[in-house]
Amino acid sequence: MKMVHPLIKYVRPGYLSTTTCSGCGNGIVAQSVLRAIDELKMNIDDFVFVSGIGCAAWIPSPFFNADVLHTTHGRPIAFATGVKLSSPELKVMVISGDGDLVAIGGNHFIHAARRNIDLTVICVNNGIYGMTGGQVAPTTPFGLKTTTTPYGNAERPFDLCKLGEAAGAVYVARWTTYHARQLTKSVKKAIQKKGFCFIEVVSQCPVQFGRRTGAGDAVAMMQGYKNNSVNIKKIGKLKEEELEGKIVVGEFVDREGPELCEEIAKMRERIG
Amino acid sequence: MTKRVLSGLHFMQGNVACAEGAIAAGCRFFAGYPITPASEIAERMARRLPEVGGTYAQMEDEIGSIAAVVGASWTGTKAMTATSGPGISLMLENIGYAIATETPCVIVNVQRGAPSTGTPSLPLQGDVIQARRGSHGEYEIIALAPSSPQEMFDLTIKAFNLSEKLRTPVFILADAFVGHMREEVMIPEEDKINLVERKLPSSGMNFNEYKSSLDEDVAPMPIFGKGFKSHVTGSTHNSYGKRKVADPEALDYYIKSLNNKIRKYKKEIISVESDIKDSEVVLVSYGTTYRVVREARRRLEEEGINVGSFRLVSLWPFPDEEVENLARKVKKILVLENNLGQMVSYVKAAAKGEAEVVFLPPRILGTLHDPDTVVRKVKEVIG
Repeated sequence: MKMVHPLIKYVRPGYLSTTTCSGCGNGIVAQSVLRAIDELKMNIDDFVFVSGIGCAAWIPSPFFNADVLHTTHGRPIAFATGVKLSSPELKVMVISGDGDLVAIGGNHFIHAARRNIDLTVICVNNGIYGMTGGQVAPTTPFGLKTTTTPYGNAERPFDLCKLGEAAGAVYVARWTTYHARQLTKSVKKAIQKKGFCFIEVVSQCPVQFGRRTGAGDAVAMMQGYKNNSVNIKKIGKLKEEELEGKIVVGEFVDREGPELCEEIAKMRERIG
Repeated sequence: MTKRVLSGLHFMQGNVACAEGAIAAGCRFFAGYPITPASEIAERMARRLPEVGGTYAQMEDEIGSIAAVVGASWTGTKAMTATSGPGISLMLENIGYAIATETPCVIVNVQRGAPSTGTPSLPLQGDVIQARRGSHGEYEIIALAPSSPQEMFDLTIKAFNLSEKLRTPVFILADAFVGHMREEVMIPEEDKINLVERKLPSSGMNFNEYKSSLDEDVAPMPIFGKGFKSHVTGSTHNSYGKRKVADPEALDYYIKSLNNKIRKYKKEIISVESDIKDSEVVLVSYGTTYRVVREARRRLEEEGINVGSFRLVSLWPFPDEEVENLARKVKKILVLENNLGQMVSYVKAAAKGEAEVVFLPPRILGTLHDPDTVVRKVKEVIG
């Protein structure tokens, strides 16, 4: 019997080779997203996937066999805002990297969260600019040497989940690629929840991050995620120094708020 | 129910007429960011769009505004943004994206004065070349230049029609004069307004197998949410929409297809108003400088001096054949622009030395030419 991957039905025919390096975390994220849609028994034709520029932007583009809008660097959330506002019946999901969504695109990210527009935003955070050759990102740990911080990173990194929470996202979660099952659950939740839902996935870039920083290969990096992750639920028992170097994972926010498309629909009814 | 088209005679501001033109053209999405002297367009759209079932979005910046407009257009909605020079400067990368992805949309630039922050409330025709070449790469663009509030209405409809027909962004190059000017605006009955809608694929079409995106002049637009499984990318792609980024032949075919689309329909896009009779001298103008030409010609006529007028209603693609023909018929061409000379180089190139081309800026930039100065200059040129 011919073995077929259960999610292959969601892959664009003729696009079976990927551009990602071996060991990249992109495949795990792609599987989590497709598995979530599959388990929810939703039709992928009801989705529009929007991405920007960078390695993670190639997760849906061109591989997902659905409507895919592969946009300019930093702007996918703004493009997605136009798609969603003019067709609120569509499920709109942004999948892109940390450089794309919170460096060059940081302004769109916080404003979309503030508006609470019904988008699912998945940020694949590898802590570095992978595609361009390992330059420092706003998510690179303090002190780390990269190709543009040869003497160590003098800047502090963003906490993306705190940023999303403060800006008004109604759902915020962080997982690593080690937490594939938890990630799938979170994606399912985010798809079903009305409003701006943000999921950060800490992901390995063995080529540009692992090799340059000494974090090792993909297996070593995922082992590191396993050993160094602490769930937010267990964090209360830990002292601050015990959290040093840890990755706090879990669901940080799950709250309700007025959603933009619904509010606009109500306004139209009011004045009509 | 509020009327979609406000048919009748109005005393209306140019920016408001532009917004009404958009609504009448079927525009149902506007994204923008406040900026002088274009804000009235956003304000009018914010009030009117919800009345007609559309959506207004005030974005965090102009980069996001044009991005949202392109996103909306891909759902099959006619979409527009309006701004001034600083906003266009921010939008240029995504305007290139709209060209590359063949996305219909209308971009209004109510031009203001000088580079950088400049003079927000004074007009300059300073962004004419920017509209043509501002974004990177190699592309063709369409731009229309209204000279009155009435034309802010009429040309906005025309801009939507061209963008829908050719699946491409279209510029309205207005300026602070025409944007803030109030005049009579006649809005026709709804059934008298001719509208063009983009071609859509027949339902059930599979775009993974459909070879079209570059081989047809204007391929049907596989808008989102219809099961077309569209793959939209600003990367160089082949006729199936598949990304091809290491192949010079793919690059060559891609760029030429995008450019030839506009070049092939040049005759339909280009619009000039020519009134030269037997004149040996002709005044070339566009946008608000056309108003000066009208007045200068009236004064010259009173003195028995006959000069022609050649007005560019569309600026891009440049009407080089039309200008060449003009140059063969006249001796001298005076080009009036409210800048230090942008279109004059194109006029000179197109004239191919068949007529002498003289540039005439206003004495004070940011004001219009004094008609008497134009009259004096014409007499000087005639000799």
